[in-house]
Order: sequence, then C-alpha cells, then structure tokens
Amino acid sequence: MNLHEYQGRTLFRAEGIPMPDGDVASTPSEAESIARRLGGTVVIKAQVHAGGRGKAGGVKLARTPGEAADAAEKILGMTIKGLVVQRVLIVPAAEIASEAYVGLIMDRASQRPVFMVSPAGGIDIEEVAAKTPGKIRRVAVDPRYGLLPHQAMGLAFFLYREVSLARAAARIMEQLYQVFTANGCSLAEINPLVTTPDGKVIALDAKVAIDDNELDRRPDLALLRDESAEAPSEVQARRANLTFIKLEGNVGCVVNGAGLAMATMDLVKYYGGEPANFLDIGGSSNPDKVVNALRIITSDPNVKAILFNIFGGITRTDDVANGIKTALSQFPVKVPIVVRLTGTNEVEAVEILRGIGMTALSDMDEAVQKVVALARKAA
Amino acid sequence: MSVFINRDTRLLVQGITGRDGSFHTRQMLEYGTQVVGGVTPGKGGQRFDNRVPVFNTVADAVAETGANTAVIYVPPVGAAGAIFEAADAGIAFIVCITEGVPVMDMTKVLPYVRERGARLLGPNCPGLISPGESKVGIIPGNICLPGRVGLVSRSGTLTYEVVNQLTRSGIGQSSCVGIGGDPLNGTSFIDCLRAFQEDPATDAIVMLGEIGGTDEQNAAQFVSQHVTKPVVGFIAGQTAPPGRRMGHAGAIISGSSGTAAEKIAAFEAARIAVMKRPADVVPLIKAKLN
Repeated sequence: MNLHEYQGRTLFRAEGIPMPDGDVASTPSEAESIARRLGGTVVIKAQVHAGGRGKAGGVKLARTPGEAADAAEKILGMTIKGLVVQRVLIVPAAEIASEAYVGLIMDRASQRPVFMVSPAGGIDIEEVAAKTPGKIRRVAVDPRYGLLPHQAMGLAFFLYREVSLARAAARIMEQLYQVFTANGCSLAEINPLVTTPDGKVIALDAKVAIDDNELDRRPDLALLRDESAEAPSEVQARRANLTFIKLEGNVGCVVNGAGLAMATMDLVKYYGGEPANFLDIGGSSNPDKVVNALRIITSDPNVKAILFNIFGGITRTDDVANGIKTALSQFPVKVPIVVRLTGTNEVEAVEILRGIGMTALSDMDEAVQKVVALARKAA
Repeated sequence: MSVFINRDTRLLVQGITGRDGSFHTRQMLEYGTQVVGGVTPGKGGQRFDNRVPVFNTVADAVAETGANTAVIYVPPVGAAGAIFEAADAGIAFIVCITEGVPVMDMTKVLPYVRERGARLLGPNCPGLISPGESKVGIIPGNICLPGRVGLVSRSGTLTYEVVNQLTRSGIGQSSCVGIGGDPLNGTSFIDCLRAFQEDPATDAIVMLGEIGGTDEQNAAQFVSQHVTKPVVGFIAGQTAPPGRRMGHAGAIISGSSGTAAEKIAAFEAARIAVMKRPADVVPLIKAKLN
C-alpha cells in the first residue's frame, strides 16, 4: 500500500527526521491559510500516487497566500497519470545547496532491507542506476542487528565530504531505518535529501510503501489507505475479499488462484482477445465470493463476455456453480458466460449448471477460444 | 526417488486442529503420507481423528515421534513463530502454507532457519508432492501420476493445471514443488533445480515462473551452467500492468524490471524451451524426452 507524501511525512517526523513544517489542504482557501501561517514563499505539491508530479504541473511555487490559493485551485482536480488530485501539501520553499537520494527497499535477492544512496538526487533513481551505477552505493542491513553505525557513516560519507553533514545524514538514515522496520515498509525513500546554505541536512520528500501483509496487525496503518485514489470496483472487490485489478479489455475473467488468473489473462491475449480484469476468488470458495465477483465484473460496461476458469482443489467447483446460480437469480447478467471447471466436485457442479440451462467445459484452451469469439461478436 | 519428501517422510502438522489444518491432514493421511503428529498449544494429549497424537509444542512432538518434516497451517501473525519453533526443535524440512506472512518477519526467519541447517519451503505455497510416496501441503493427489518429470512453480492452481495436462497425457512426475508467491521465500527455483538435477529419478524439469523479481533470471543462468537435464519453462503475467500486485505479493513489475518479456528472454538464452500457454507443456516435454 502506497502512502501519500503527507502521510509519509507524519511517519518521518514522528521518528525525528528533519523536514520543513507544512500541512495538507483539500481546498484553495485551506491552502491560503496554511501559506499565511507558514509565511514567505511556499511550495504546493499534488498528493497523488504517481511519479513525475513536477513534470505534470502538480508542483508549484507561491510567493504570497493569494498565489498559494491560485496554485491550489489549479492543482486540485487536476488529473495526473489517470489519478485525480484531491489534496495538496503546502510546505515552505527551502533554500537548497545540494540534493541527494536516500532510499531503503526490501530487497528480494539479499532477503534484507537494502539502503541505496546517491549524491545525484532529485531525479529518477532507476535512470541513475541504469546509466551511472557508480553513483549509487548499496548496503544490505542484517535485520537482527539493524543499521550499524559504520554502515550509516559509510553511506553518509558517500554523499558528503564534510563531517558535520555526514553525521547529520547518518542520523537521518538511522531514523529512516526505524521508520522502515517499525511500520513494515517495503519502501521508504527521501528524494531529495538536501543541504541548505546554512549547513543543515533536511528531507524534502517522503515516499513510503507499506507491505500489505502488515495491515492486519496494524489497523493504524490500514486507516491510511486512500480509497479515493483507487478504481471504485477495486475498493468494492477488496471489501469482498477478492483480489481484483481492472484492465482495459472486454473479456471478464473469474479465476481461482493468482498464477492461473495471470495465465488465463495471457491465454485470452494469445487467442486474440483482451482481458477486462485480473480477478482471483482465492482458495476457499464460498458462493458469496462468486456473486460479488460477477456483480463487480458486470458493472464494467466494457465487458462483452465473461469467462470462469476454475481448477478445483481446495476450491470446490460446486460452490462456484452455486455462486453463479445465485448471482443469476439476484441480478441480470446481459453478457454471455463461459464456464470452464475441473477438479473437486466437478460432477455436482456440472449438474447445478445444467439445472439453470448452462454447460461447462473442462478444457482451458477451448473455453478461452469460445469466450474470445463471443466477446468479438458482441463488440 | 524424488526430491525433499518420500515415503520415509515423518510429518508433523502445526495447526492440526484448525479449519485448514484438519481438512488437509485428512487429505494427506488418505494419500498415504506418514502424519506422525500434530501441534496445537493447549490440546496436547488429544488425538486427531482418534489417530494422530497432538502435542503442545514441536519439541515434545519431535521427541515422541521422530518427525523430520513439518507443515504449517497457522494464521499469518503466528506463522513466523511456528517456523522459529520448528527450526529450533531440529525439524530439517519446514513447509509453510500460510498466505499473508509479513515480509519483515521473513527477514528474521530466513537466516534463523538457515543457521540451523534446515530448509523452509514457502511461505504462501501449496507445498509439494512426490506422487505415490508422500504429499505435504494442499496439492490435490488425484491429479498427479508417479513418473519422471520434476516440476517447480511459484503458483498453486497453475501448477495443478500443468500437472493435470501432463497426467492426462500419461506423463508422470517425480516431485511437484510449489515454492510460493511471496517476495521473500525459503526455497528458490535454483534450490529445486539443483535437487532435480541430482535426483536420479528425474529425467526432465518443468519450471513455472511469473512476473516480479529476478528469481527466474537467476534460475535461467543456473540452468545454463549446471543443469544437463532438459528444462521446459513458462512465465505467467505477460498481460499484467506494471506496478500492480497480481494477487501474489511477489508478482509485481517494479519500474521496468521483473517483466515477463525479460524472463522469457532469459529462459531462451539458457535454451529452456518456453511454453506459450499451459497446454504446450505436453508437446515440449515429449520432444525433450525423445
């Protein structure tokens, strides 16, 4: 789960990471009063889960409270990479002497949190990694001992020659490591970490992603989820305990298991169709999940045909058939449904479907070819 | 022969009296797995289904039963604790089925398990099966057939799909291993490839990967350097959008890395025969074995 910058700032400041004061606004008049309180020139920053906010016009400078209101007016409601800006962050403009990058990620290869720092800050770190890998230093941290003092200083001296700056940066890295481990992050990033002309080191941005698996035991973090930043169908799916991702095609897919769901989407494409979604109903099937899945998929007007691909293991195929039967009795489904099922209680499932005038296929390729043809005919 | 488990496997079920644990324990017993004990704190002294002794701790269970393998069906918040306990009790092979284990927990669990010389499979995995000998986890036994193809996968139901295609064509399996869909896991593709390469009962290997991370790319490099047996591979998620977690916590394209295209290219460079769809497994394996 990605946090907004203003939410990440709260976690950073709670740990003592030096950051400029600031506040979040959802209207131009709120932005104006925050700018008045801060005094001087401020920066207005769009709060959306997208990179490249500056290039998209989502970051503006304002010298007066009036200008701040105007800037907020322009940014609020703006669409950046398909996301509507609902809030802006207002912070004092900092005087910058140098910019660096400090990031901490959960690294799959070393199976540890890994620091990545670069004196080339304020820019796309992936680009730096690809073009000038020598400008990045990495250190893997053993979570049993935490970030050791010499590791922090080694990273800090890679950024700054001056010892006072290096000490300040090392302290920030220790604090960032605390934020990362205490909140179950998969990413915690400061880009840029800046030095000011009067010799301070401060964080000007806060990018944080939380491991979704932490949220069950951390309801305080789960509350930070911004559902307005997601497609409504995805919010509805999460509440129904379904894993759903909306795509642009016209073949709706209901599958059990993530790997099979991806392979099903790929097969739709292989046979010339376009999947409308990724949807995993999960392992232990209950008919309600199928009802919810059908409700969500049929609410997408792009969907011209729906495919069920169920390989029964723990999932009982008769539960899925019962779910289809219940859904069809509760609301109209105007597009054709193709059902492929095999495995646990397959005979019972076929019988249930026959009772409502439906048939089931047992071969995945046959079912996908059929649903792609139906979607094409209807399009 | 087979990898990791065989008819001598003596299995302990952690969370044996829970909903999932009890259901799958019955399935494993029916398949013929030697389930020698179960662990549920507070239920020590009972018998599961009048048959399998239940213990309060893994240490008690190991002392009484000589268990050498454990399978874990406990909720996510307790999963790391269950793995620590199994490793501490001297269990050599630990299979964690639980989905949703916090990654931060795994950063501590993984070195702990390794330092004790144990192997962890998972978490968030379907377990494994050596057809005709033993099954540990949740892979349906009835779709498998004893034979000489080894299979390793990051997925559950996609594994069943491919195993089913093999079985229906009369191609049996030595072992089928699900390593799980989480970003940090105990057993990698490389660990399984090495085991299959060394297993005299395996003639060819099927590897089912997916988007996210670099495990498949590393595996491809290992194949080109160390695997002499034929390998057939598949990558799920060619149509997945970047930046979205596709069900599995680990199945996410980050920036421009972890894409299906880059993994397929790595497979091809390692002369792994690439399946374009699950059904391709049969002709590709037949071609490799002839």
